[in-house]
Amino acid sequence: MKISGNFKNGMLTLAFDGELDHHAARDAMQKLGNKLDAYTPRFCVLDFSGLQFMDSSGVALILRTYKRMCELEGRLSVANVGPQPMRVLDASGVERLIEISAAKEGGAV
Amino acid sequence: MKINNYITAEFPSKSVNESLARNIAAVFALPLDPNLEELSDLKTAVSEAVTNCIVHAYAGTVGSIIMKCRIIKDNVVEISIKDKGCGIEDLEKARQPLFTTGGEDRAGMGFTIMESFTDEMKVKSRVGKGTAVTLRKKINGRGSK
Repeated sequence: MKISGNFKNGMLTLAFDGELDHHAARDAMQKLGNKLDAYTPRFCVLDFSGLQFMDSSGVALILRTYKRMCELEGRLSVANVGPQPMRVLDASGVERLIEISAAKEGGAV
Repeated sequence: MKINNYITAEFPSKSVNESLARNIAAVFALPLDPNLEELSDLKTAVSEAVTNCIVHAYAGTVGSIIMKCRIIKDNVVEISIKDKGCGIEDLEKARQPLFTTGGEDRAGMGFTIMESFTDEMKVKSRVGKGTAVTLRKKINGRGSK
């Protein structure tokens, strides 16, 4: 799975491409941690428009990122979430902590 | 009970095989013409079960995972995932949402997701012997919602 980062005006946007399972999460968490350390953003957006699949390993990654953003006194949101990842996020209840928005109809812009 | 089709796959508990297991389940269910949600729910549940074998059952080592898929009662997919790993000490606790013995790398949602995304989940485990998870999901197909 690929993660690409974009930092602008204090906002770090991380775009995920591929499948986020336990196999992918190990490297992904390290990459995420490095980018958060490098930029210490006020806002972090996880852009899931390219995310084809996610299981609870992705939930763990999101929660760890949230914890890190809390340490930075910043905010985390997850954007452009497709149907399958949204099913998993709904089951986990993370929307109580983190802003989650669905992919727009017909694909993300 | 009529078994319309079956496949047995054995593979090592390496994380690269989480995707393999998901795809075996998906391809096996295809002839029942599942809709997108049924397919993705099945894949997600299988992903959780196999990940548990890798992360917990065979923690620190590599062992064998046996995945058996069957089609029963015409349109029910039954998938069992068995390991000969360390077994679950307290099964009731393990099934609680958010409980994990895996530290901060894990969300403790595996069993919760397996239960929510399938029609039936059974778990049998013996410490030192291994664990077997059996999932059943009725496929209503693309004509349904």
